[in-house]
Amino acid sequence: MTRFILNGGEVVLDLPDHATLLHALRGPLGLSSPRFGCGAEQCGSCMVLLDGKPAYACALGVDAVAGRKVVTVEGLGTPAAPHPLQAAFLAEQAGQCGYCLSGMLISAAALLAANPDPDEEAIRAAMDPHLCRCGSHNRIIRAIRRAAQEMAQ
Amino acid sequence: MSHGFGAALKVDDGKPRLPGSLHLNRRLSQWLHFRADGVVEVKPGKVELGQGILTTLAQIAADELDVALERIRIISVVTPDSPDEAVTSGSLSVQDSGSAIRHASADARRIFLSVAAQRSGVAFEAITITDGDFIGPQGKIGTYWQFAEAGLLEVEASPEARAKPVAARRMVGISALRRDLPGKLHGAPAYVHDLSLPGMLHARVIRPSARGAELEALTDGPLPGDARLVRDGNFLAVLASNEWDAEAAAGRIAARAQWREADTLPEQTHLSAWLRDAAARGERKVTEERDAEIPAAAHRLKRSFHRPYLAHASIGPSCAVARFEGDVAEVYSHTQGPYNLRADIAKTLRCPPDKVVVRHMEGAGCYGHNGADDVALEAVLIARAAEGKPVRLLWSRADELGWAPFSPAMLVDIEVEAAADGSLLAWHAEVISNGHSGRPGRSPVPTLLAASQLAEPFPVQPSINPPLAAGGGAERNAIPGYRVPKLHVATTKLLEMPIRTSALRGLGATLNVWAVESIMDEMAALVGEDPLMYRLRHLDDARGRAVLEKVASMAGWQGHQPREGFGFGIAYARYKNTGAYAAVIAEVEARERIFCRRIWIAGDCGEVVNPDGTGNQLEGGAIHGTSIALVEEVRFDRRRVTSDSWESFPILRFSEVPKVDVALINRPEAPFLGAGEASLAPSIAAIAGGIHAALGVRPRQLPFSPENIARAG
Repeated sequence: MTRFILNGGEVVLDLPDHATLLHALRGPLGLSSPRFGCGAEQCGSCMVLLDGKPAYACALGVDAVAGRKVVTVEGLGTPAAPHPLQAAFLAEQAGQCGYCLSGMLISAAALLAANPDPDEEAIRAAMDPHLCRCGSHNRIIRAIRRAAQEMAQ
Repeated sequence: MSHGFGAALKVDDGKPRLPGSLHLNRRLSQWLHFRADGVVEVKPGKVELGQGILTTLAQIAADELDVALERIRIISVVTPDSPDEAVTSGSLSVQDSGSAIRHASADARRIFLSVAAQRSGVAFEAITITDGDFIGPQGKIGTYWQFAEAGLLEVEASPEARAKPVAARRMVGISALRRDLPGKLHGAPAYVHDLSLPGMLHARVIRPSARGAELEALTDGPLPGDARLVRDGNFLAVLASNEWDAEAAAGRIAARAQWREADTLPEQTHLSAWLRDAAARGERKVTEERDAEIPAAAHRLKRSFHRPYLAHASIGPSCAVARFEGDVAEVYSHTQGPYNLRADIAKTLRCPPDKVVVRHMEGAGCYGHNGADDVALEAVLIARAAEGKPVRLLWSRADELGWAPFSPAMLVDIEVEAAADGSLLAWHAEVISNGHSGRPGRSPVPTLLAASQLAEPFPVQPSINPPLAAGGGAERNAIPGYRVPKLHVATTKLLEMPIRTSALRGLGATLNVWAVESIMDEMAALVGEDPLMYRLRHLDDARGRAVLEKVASMAGWQGHQPREGFGFGIAYARYKNTGAYAAVIAEVEARERIFCRRIWIAGDCGEVVNPDGTGNQLEGGAIHGTSIALVEEVRFDRRRVTSDSWESFPILRFSEVPKVDVALINRPEAPFLGAGEASLAPSIAAIAGGIHAALGVRPRQLPFSPENIARAG
């Protein structure tokens, strides 16, 4: 039996050892934002916030998050009250296929929480674990800058 | 049966010519449906691949019908209801589908207005439309919605319908926001990967240990949870109630399986030699030939260019959900060609096509023919063992990078002659490659991966090249766009295919454009001329010259003072020689390896419906091209593809991505030309030029890694 806080609410799961956090989030917990890309912590599609820090959900056992706080994109904001990053990604039209975007938003949120005014170099460094195949990188960088400016006001 | 190329290949069927895919899908109700609640359903046969096509098509329909964009609902492709637009590929979505929807909408508008005019007595010409309301001199006289159920669109489109004049367009030429992005930014279910049906089971596939390996033995043993094996010949899969058990079970089966392997792949280190060797047994065709009396040449160049196999490398591995209802197979798929996929699933199941229903749902960007079709057949094969329950099959990363079709390795030999002043006189190019299309739906036997692994297997056919009229495959852009009086371009298609090949963004253009542009650079240098000026004086197409001049002014090409270790390169192509024009300047930095720091693009995509979306496509294509230029190469030993993880098949990362500036030359009066592929190949070529400017070396082999550059030096 594993208990943890998911997007502000407590959840309880009873899954075998070989189930990952990503399996749990997408399966019994019914979320779709964390996405499977590689299962090997190499692309960032599955990134979630674990106690405020980016963590790959694809290779993390469910037990490892017991008693901790997990936040996914569903917990960042809502369409009615979006997180500044969600609004900024929309304003910059930062995406093409969008498959990588959940992970991007998570790492960007962690970056802005730690560094409210990152320069381009800091953004590129923070986002480097994330792969995007469509070539939306520059738009994503602009969106993160925009969100930082919005949040500073 | 359909030839599988859609509107890309014009057929002479004696019927009056209708625009784009409307010609082959002539009934208006196939494309448009007005609902009484004020919604217009638009039913394209093209699919969303992340390129934003559904937003663009909605703009075209809203503009031509004079309704608010919010009223347009795009219906995803489902067989057999949607129009058959073959494959969403070749940068043809707006040409094929946009042209059809514009014409169908113009015709629908005309039909509805005629009825309104007849009923109200108001003259047709006196009626205007405001958000679907028909307005006469005395006010509102009707609406589209009022006649929604009247069956007015159950007719063939009239060739006489005329789209609005450019000056009357309101919803095109503007950057409407992507309709799919809000949901995706909030984690809403968006992809087939996210589909969850009641009672759905989860499947994983266990691949042979090597290409062509045969299963010799499978040791019995327990599987986790309720997981069970599904087997048909060498096709092995597991089925379980949840993903974790399916994945664990696949791992156990893989460890218990013994395969009989053989060396079936060429030596990677001698790939270009293998290509020449196989070409001697291949099928050579003259692509284009022009003869002319030419004076004696003063300059000659003979060069070879080589490219490795390339992977599509989608961020999301391919996925499908399938189920059987009675003898009908239904599959949710991110295929680019729902009807073509339907045809090949039916061939594999040996059933009529109407026993297969393909429903399109989005996947991750595919950039061509990746594993989308293969996984759909596999899900159907596994669903046969699931007693009517839906089955979700998700490929692993290793499946996607190791088993999806690859863009073929290629070799191009070019020999040119020029006069003393550098004017081109003769051009001879020989292209060697496997075919660039193994897409389903175009061959009598199925081309899908699992079809050759079944207990009753189908033979693997070598891939084909699409006809030149549809842009060609290996030969795409092998014919230079520059003026040269004497020309001989030939293409040799290999008839053996050790590694399964198919279409990747740009097809043969990836190599051919770089080869052509490298020759142009080198010939310009031979006669001491600026590479831009040399290109301009060989280019008769004013639109081509315009993008070159535009990009030169954006980047400050003239008078540019190179920094130590940096270099500028310039390149140009008109995609497929019939599509969009793109000119690119790249700034390259040579350190321990090559980096591309900046890219400037000038594009002419004809009429632009959504400038931001078009710019996004051109920028994405350039970054994809930069990645191919610098880091991408499928690796293999004699038995298997070994580059099946992101570590062994790296793509460009945030820290390596160039800044990109895009300028569009909009031509509202001109036909749509597409945008998805135009900038990719010129970006590779411009980076090669930048490497020469920085290092004095002309690379001859992709990727432009330190090893390959050292070899060229």
